Amino acid sequence: MSQKKGFFQGIHAKFLERNSLILTVAILVVVSIGGVIEIAPLFYLNSTIEEVEGVRPYTPLELAGRQIYVREGCYNCHSQMIRPLRDEVERYGHYSLAAESMYDRPFQWGSKRTGPDLARVGGKYSDEWHRDHLINPQSVVPESVMPPYAFLADAALDYGQIEGHLRTNRLFGVPYTDEMIANAETDLEAQVDPFSSGYDDLIARYPGAQIRDFDGNPDELTELDALIAYLQVLGTMVDFSTYEAEAPENQR
Amino acid sequence: MTNIAFPAPRKGGAEGFLIALILIGVFFWSLYAVARGGDPLMEQQGWLIMAGSLIGLIMLVGAFSNGGPVNDESQYAEGVIKAGTIATMFWGIAGFLVGVIIALQLAFPNLFYFADFGFLNFGRLRPLHTSAVIFAFGGNALIATSFYVVQRTCRTRIAGGLWPWFVFWGYQFFIVIAATGYLLGITQGKEYAEPEWYADIWLTLVWVVYLLVFLGTLWKRKEKHIYVANWFYLAFIVTIAMLHVVNNLAVPVNFFGAWSYPVMSGVQGALTQWWYGHNAVGFFLTAGFLAIMYYFIPKRAERPVYSYRLSIVHFWSLIFIYIWAGPHHLHYTALPEWAQTLGMTFSVMLWMPSWGGMINGLMTLSGAWDKLRTDPVIRMMVLSVAFYGMSTFEGPVMSVRAVNALSHYTDWTIGHVHSGALGWVGFITFGAVYCLVPWLWKRKGMWSKALIEWHFWLATIGILFYIAAMWPSGITQGLMWRAYNDLGFLEYSFVETVEAMHPYYIIRAFGGLLFLLGALLMAYNVYRTIRGGVEETEDRVNPQSSLIAAE
Repeated sequence: MSQKKGFFQGIHAKFLERNSLILTVAILVVVSIGGVIEIAPLFYLNSTIEEVEGVRPYTPLELAGRQIYVREGCYNCHSQMIRPLRDEVERYGHYSLAAESMYDRPFQWGSKRTGPDLARVGGKYSDEWHRDHLINPQSVVPESVMPPYAFLADAALDYGQIEGHLRTNRLFGVPYTDEMIANAETDLEAQVDPFSSGYDDLIARYPGAQIRDFDGNPDELTELDALIAYLQVLGTMVDFSTYEAEAPENQR
Repeated sequence: MTNIAFPAPRKGGAEGFLIALILIGVFFWSLYAVARGGDPLMEQQGWLIMAGSLIGLIMLVGAFSNGGPVNDESQYAEGVIKAGTIATMFWGIAGFLVGVIIALQLAFPNLFYFADFGFLNFGRLRPLHTSAVIFAFGGNALIATSFYVVQRTCRTRIAGGLWPWFVFWGYQFFIVIAATGYLLGITQGKEYAEPEWYADIWLTLVWVVYLLVFLGTLWKRKEKHIYVANWFYLAFIVTIAMLHVVNNLAVPVNFFGAWSYPVMSGVQGALTQWWYGHNAVGFFLTAGFLAIMYYFIPKRAERPVYSYRLSIVHFWSLIFIYIWAGPHHLHYTALPEWAQTLGMTFSVMLWMPSWGGMINGLMTLSGAWDKLRTDPVIRMMVLSVAFYGMSTFEGPVMSVRAVNALSHYTDWTIGHVHSGALGWVGFITFGAVYCLVPWLWKRKGMWSKALIEWHFWLATIGILFYIAAMWPSGITQGLMWRAYNDLGFLEYSFVETVEAMHPYYIIRAFGGLLFLLGALLMAYNVYRTIRGGVEETEDRVNPQSSLIAAE
């Protein structure tokens, strides 16, 4: 260390290397800067998420289905984020808007497409297709490398805590009303039964909700019901026949 | 200072009491969760947590029933490092094995998926693999080596008496809770941050103790300066604490249940997650392992670190720039473009400090290059640094938006990650373990030098198969997705691109298998070395005494 030391090197040898607390604080300051500058503005810049008509909170059944999607780790192979690139828009549909995942906790954008993107899978396939595909993927797509999820068809959906799930979401500003929370269980049951008395209330609370027996087994409310209900709503909330990306309110 | 005539001082009553209180608290929490938590998943996991707290209490009683733990200030603490070295080996093999299994699942889905065993599906095993290699294998390597390095470079016994053991066992407990949780379906659904809120809180506690033990040892050091490896360890510990706490901010649905909702959603959730995710790479898998490089390469090669000035410059620029790089995981997404551009810019800049570290590591061998031929452990660590240089060049390339448009969502990323994880992290850890085992167990060297050679070549060829499969696979995938035919339609359906991956997935699984075989040879070699009777060995290390040298 007999070589000539620069100014910074001198300070380093005198203070930072000799005092572990100064070193710790210096490290903390240096590693905080980037995160603060990049992340903090996202919370107050209005342009981060442009509110878009049609985006509503998930129905209790969709939320329960989303929980199964997360539980099974679907995000390990499927993204939910269509990039504004020509081939992606043609393959999957309109590129994803920030508003479409504004109620997604956790976000499920994904990082890998071992399977296709699912951001707009809703309405693309029939319930029957999803049922067959989830139970035995190779029966409808022989080359698929997806695992079988047959057990979902036999697993009764456990929704005893669904009220709490809605309430926790409301803590963060997801617009679930008192009424929605109080009726979470009935709404969940009503969504798989098109002849239930709760039909109209459910539609009123969650406009555009799809109401039918998703798993083809009317005797039981299964995890497969919930998962298909979630898959079928993905990417369908915004009506892209009327959405104009170039409109001034979407160009803020 | 004690001498041999007097028994070593024993103490540790207060810390034992505090640890007991923590464990009793965990016990009652899990008891309630099992009995009336109301969450079926948590009821299963609760039993395990209860068992863990009871085992901890029994171990504590065992430690005190003999008159209390020995805390001899004239000697380095080595027991906890021995335990950490064995844990590193164990979790490494577990993690590599799960990796091979999920690689086989993608190569041969009809053979390796079982309709009746949904918990063995790819979606649940993949987080098990990533967490096992990053946090269990890598984490144990970092904790064990940091405890070793900080004592030796500060010339003092580790601080905290029993607390280093609390860090060790608390960390294993975290790993077991997280891993069993994944199999049960308990996950936050955020990559590399899958453990649920209660596991996160436990890890936070263990991590704060870890930081205090580390700082406490620095405080009572008998050297004026803090050695460069310790800067890196400190940056790793402090930054991981920050990232872990912020990214895991969540509110549980039920304080005795498994499920929680993260505070941040959508765009903010995504950026926070990749700020965390990329810096798990930057501070866990880079800064921490650079610390290993800065101690073990000079020690093994018996050469000083190449440049002190370069250490300073690359340390501060590395930790400053790394933090910005996260948004390159979100190119062309709904994240605002200014954030993407910042992320890309800093990722490209990151190339320089990364190579500063590589040069400092490689050039430390100046004058000792011949050891590359004769010492497979040195060769392993040098190849590791070479892989570090390669992946930190590849990373900035992939972070450029135009390249990322092709590489994102494909196997190219998987190939990139594994050249870093298998090459850099794996090899530097193997090198450190090959140094540590004879040092700690006071052997002349490893039991068999030939086995180290076999390990080196099997693992190297394994990595080459792995990355040679994943690069073309990723690029093929990306090109097929965007290919158009003469009529202006997309040329391939998605499933055709899946089909095209099949041969690559087989080669990848084979490469992973070779890497696993190498690690098994290492485990056997370590076992034979620890068991003793190493009389004749060609692997020679300089003995490292447990006694702390006086001034």
